[in-house]
Amino acid sequence: MSNIEKDDHTGIETTGHEWDGIKELNNPAPRWWLGVLIVTIIWAIGYSVIYPSWPTLSGDGERGGTQGSMGWTQYNELADSQAEIFARRAQYLSRFDSASFEDVQADPALYAFALAGGASAFKDNCATCHGTGGTGAAGYPNLLDDDWLWGGTVNDIHQTIQFGVRADHDETRYSEMPAFGEIFSREEISDVADYVLSFSTGGDYPAAGKTLYDEQCSLCHAENGTGDQYQGAPNLSDAIWFYGGTKVDLVAQISQPKHGMMPNWNTRLDASTIRQLSIYVHSLGGGEAE
Amino acid sequence: MFNSHKSVEKNSILMLIFVVITISIGGLVEIVPLFRMETTIEPVKGVRPYTPLELAGYNVYLREGCYGCHSQQVRPLRDEVERYGHYSLAAESMYDHPFQWGSKRTGPDLARVGGKYSDDWHVAHTIHPQSLVPESIMPGYAHLVEKGAKLEYIHEDMIALRMVGVPYTDEQIENAYTDALAQATDDSDDLDGLLSRYSKVNARNFDGQSTTTEMDALIAYLQVLGTMAELQDYKHDGTQRSGR
Repeated sequence: MSNIEKDDHTGIETTGHEWDGIKELNNPAPRWWLGVLIVTIIWAIGYSVIYPSWPTLSGDGERGGTQGSMGWTQYNELADSQAEIFARRAQYLSRFDSASFEDVQADPALYAFALAGGASAFKDNCATCHGTGGTGAAGYPNLLDDDWLWGGTVNDIHQTIQFGVRADHDETRYSEMPAFGEIFSREEISDVADYVLSFSTGGDYPAAGKTLYDEQCSLCHAENGTGDQYQGAPNLSDAIWFYGGTKVDLVAQISQPKHGMMPNWNTRLDASTIRQLSIYVHSLGGGEAE
Repeated sequence: MFNSHKSVEKNSILMLIFVVITISIGGLVEIVPLFRMETTIEPVKGVRPYTPLELAGYNVYLREGCYGCHSQQVRPLRDEVERYGHYSLAAESMYDHPFQWGSKRTGPDLARVGGKYSDDWHVAHTIHPQSLVPESIMPGYAHLVEKGAKLEYIHEDMIALRMVGVPYTDEQIENAYTDALAQATDDSDDLDGLLSRYSKVNARNFDGQSTTTEMDALIAYLQVLGTMAELQDYKHDGTQRSGR
């Protein structure tokens, strides 16, 4: 079957196979290609000596394999790249961590550092509930306005971020409004809702609503509805509503209050990041002076 | 030299021997390291098998294809550690079958999402993500609050997982159904049993409804992700793995 012959044009032997009159020249693989193959094999040998690669039976060494002559690990590489950024931050952090909030706000360089760090941490950790721009969502407070549930000074904000609201921490902010659906009749709740709406709209209200409010609600929300930040009782007089401002929303909230929850961040973020966040949130628009 | 392959091609027995040798090398390289699998798992305390309710949530996670957009692996790279926290350890997914490391992040990595958001947030966000994150492209999964979690057969999942090495005890399997219901209920009478069988359990009514739904299961699962391993005690010294 084989019929090797020399090709007239090129002077190269054929493979000896013939398909419908077509013959194939028996050219070797290109030399450059063979050269690259051999180089990659040599490269692989060198690589396996320098970097961790071969599994071993002893269980010694990184992940139970050879360690490589350079002692390279992904963890070391991470540590090196972190060291670089830690060093760059350290020149600010050493001053930032020891400075009070007032000092930071008075020092333009430190303030810019805190805002940048806070903005970055905010996007990952806070924006999911409070919105990328801090506008909040139904049940998640807007951080741009000056209506604060638990106080709007930097120290108040710092306390809230550290320990959360109704979170699993001893020092968490905690308030619980009773479910008045079990205490008031439907009519009474409607009257109270009308009275509460009148704080911001100035509309008419049934006198029974005011009586009930003064008896049952004013202790936390204050007689004129301005609320009490020490108890986490929202301001009812400013037309800014946490769970909606229609009468239906108010009746629902009075009957069976929703109690939002904010995690305590002291176990997830380091103390310095929480301080940066406090300054950043304070800067968003509604921050109050001490 | 370039014609020497002819002798192999013309001799079928010789060809067969070379084929067997080549495949054996490939097989050994792929298979032998599996016998040393335990050396790749770092010694870290705290990682336990999923509770029955968390396991049901894991099943929902798989069924809904969450892995299509969310990975569960914080890689040891600076920007990832900055954003998500401590890099993932192999030990943290050793009881996942299959693991959910993933290679595609349309949404964020979820390896450390546990405890990051409130249960209410998860309920609202899973039903309609854009209500909380307007720029999100995640679809809503509103049906999860309406479907009861399939807990009657969850013990069979646990038996299957035990066959592939997840150390569920007989007691855990026998009590799977009551444990699952206890975890999704506020102050359940069966809570003590659940806590005696599993460490560090979040037990509460996750979705706020009286029935135990797939939403309860999914949130129970999400809230435990990345929280089991006691990472503060884990020290990687960079070069040498301490013996186990």
